Amino acid sequence: MSTNVIDQTSHEEHQAEHSSDDHHEHKMTGIKRWLYTTNHKDIGTLYLWFSFIMLLTGGALAMVIRAELFQPGLQIVEPDFFNQLTTVHGLIMVFGAIMPAFTGFANWMLPMMVGAPDMALPRMNNWSFWILPFAFGILLSSFFMESGAPNFGWTFYAPLSTTYSNGSTAFFVFAVHIMGISSIMGAINIVVTIMNMRAPGMTYMKMPLFVWTFFITAYLLIAVMPVLAGVVTMVLTDTYFGTSFFNAAGGGDPVMFQHIFWFFGHPEVYIMILPAFGIVSTIIPAFSRKKLFGYSSMVYATSSIALLSFIVWAHHMFTTGMPLFGELFFMYCTMLIAVPTGVKVFNWVATMWRGSLSFETPMLFSIAFVILFTIGGFSGLMLAMTPVDFQYHDTYFVVAHFHYVLVTGSLFSLYAGAYYWLPKWTGNMYNDALSKWHFWCSLISVNLLFFPMHFLGLAGMPRRIPDYALQFADFNKWVSIGGFAFGLSQLIFLAVVIKCIRGGEKAPAKPWDGAIGLEWTVASPAPYHTFSTPPPQSDIDNADQHSH
Amino acid sequence: MTTEDNSTNTNTNNNKTLKKLLLVVLAMFGFGFALVPLYDVFCDITGLNGKTNTSAAIYDANGVDKSRTVRVQFITRNAQGVPWKFEPIVNEVDVHPGEMQFVSFYAKNNGTHDIVGQAVPSVSPGQAANYFHKIECFCFTHQPLGAGMDVEMSLQFYVDLELPADIKTLTLSYTLYDITEKSS
Repeated sequence: MSTNVIDQTSHEEHQAEHSSDDHHEHKMTGIKRWLYTTNHKDIGTLYLWFSFIMLLTGGALAMVIRAELFQPGLQIVEPDFFNQLTTVHGLIMVFGAIMPAFTGFANWMLPMMVGAPDMALPRMNNWSFWILPFAFGILLSSFFMESGAPNFGWTFYAPLSTTYSNGSTAFFVFAVHIMGISSIMGAINIVVTIMNMRAPGMTYMKMPLFVWTFFITAYLLIAVMPVLAGVVTMVLTDTYFGTSFFNAAGGGDPVMFQHIFWFFGHPEVYIMILPAFGIVSTIIPAFSRKKLFGYSSMVYATSSIALLSFIVWAHHMFTTGMPLFGELFFMYCTMLIAVPTGVKVFNWVATMWRGSLSFETPMLFSIAFVILFTIGGFSGLMLAMTPVDFQYHDTYFVVAHFHYVLVTGSLFSLYAGAYYWLPKWTGNMYNDALSKWHFWCSLISVNLLFFPMHFLGLAGMPRRIPDYALQFADFNKWVSIGGFAFGLSQLIFLAVVIKCIRGGEKAPAKPWDGAIGLEWTVASPAPYHTFSTPPPQSDIDNADQHSH
Repeated sequence: MTTEDNSTNTNTNNNKTLKKLLLVVLAMFGFGFALVPLYDVFCDITGLNGKTNTSAAIYDANGVDKSRTVRVQFITRNAQGVPWKFEPIVNEVDVHPGEMQFVSFYAKNNGTHDIVGQAVPSVSPGQAANYFHKIECFCFTHQPLGAGMDVEMSLQFYVDLELPADIKTLTLSYTLYDITEKSS
């Protein structure tokens, strides 16, 4: 195996020497390397670090929220500041942590997985990353303004964000505009790379499922991020320029805000989970030492989830007073999504069935993903039922639901992926014992954190309120303890990553014996430039995830 | 060399795809705004949000259906910061479908400034909105009211004969907004 790798690497270096437009040996040093870089691996690294910093920032806000909710009454923060915390926590986690982390994975892995030398539009790639810190700089700076940060919830419902805004709307809108532009550029880059840069011989149905899920996600982003840009623009003009899109006095309609927002918002939740499906579909076969069960059905299931996501948005709005027909339509369409999602969960379980499993940290996170994401899916089905949604709406049941799919879903898949590819990124194996500590501490604390929220919600505790009735005190105390423990557990991950970058056992080109994919045919750490010449057909065939 | 040809080919292809995708982005940005008129049309057809006609309807009911009685309730509320007393003079009336009805609302400006008000009606349940026809309504126009002045405002309406049989009560709600700045 190792001779193979050396051949490959020397072959590539040989190529690079003869290539005229390639600065193989001359990468810049210091800060300039990162500022000017157009290398997909550098940009991927930037995205991943940025998203982790954002995760810790958003996490710090969540710690204050949980500290306030540790016991009933108001102890630490004022209600208005509490609203700012929940709003900015949501915005940062969605747009700053989860989405850029997936873009980081896309940058690092997609070119290697399709056998391309780089992303298709490297200069745009640099831009799409470097505008992000400014977006979050603007958003976070509003904490230090007289008006305070946005306090209208990450969903910024009109008229809370227009008529009753505390003055932070402009900061919020411009920050979201920049995040949107960044996401759109990143998505365009992904689509162009996958459509035009695949190695000869890699047909669409030979692409790894990871590539498929990012391909579909990028299309979703291109379709709905402009709608978000539109709706924040309407909020901006309603607030500052006297238009009346959402103002009934001027002939507008505040309920229309919710329709337009959720037309973006529902596909957005699949933007945050489809790439997770791709990561898990890569890892579970590797540690089951079997091919993925039902590759084609996975592709079709992902596509149908993406298509269905456009016709279910109003299930977020059952309580706005829709006609019965509308409620039934959105309820049934929503439940329909459980079918392709069920196909996926079934395929993951079937992949593990009779496999020779081993439980390395990426696999542990992936299995936890399958189980806990399914719990989040089930609570989603409960919320999809119109009559019961009237009870669950705006309670902690909803909070429990979307944290199960976003934290134990998306975030766990990101950890699984990070552990899986860390040896490829750094050239070193991570510290196994420490990584298992990270997993078990996270698993236990995250369930202590989010599971009791289901019962709080069913018992009627409303979300986004800094205080609660006395009977919720015990559960909230446990939830807060789970929250603090989960927050601290993420520092273990930071320690693992830093240790892994600094050293550790040298990783071979393919550290996981069951792994398939073109990224394992290059050395570890992956050379600065890979696949300057396309990989041979035999490597592409070996990377095929079909199980025939 | 062929590799160079390939890379120029790839670049042209990349630019083509990029342009197409940018068009999609622009189209979807436009679509976001197109949702605004689309939503109005959709609500007009379905009565989704309980919006009633915004200009005078003509009475064209084919007689009166004496066999049916529908209760029409009136409620009012002021948007935040409107210092008016604003209320219906009668809280509810029983009408037969097709029968013309007059009711009045009372408004008094308790504030210290002249205010131009605008009442925005909405019918609940929403699907009844298309069967509630206003022939004359103070909500069709602005209501300027000097500080300390009061006025009685009239509403003339009839309920359509086609009103779905399961609707026995409908509620007409007015929200009063201050549009002084916008109307000046």
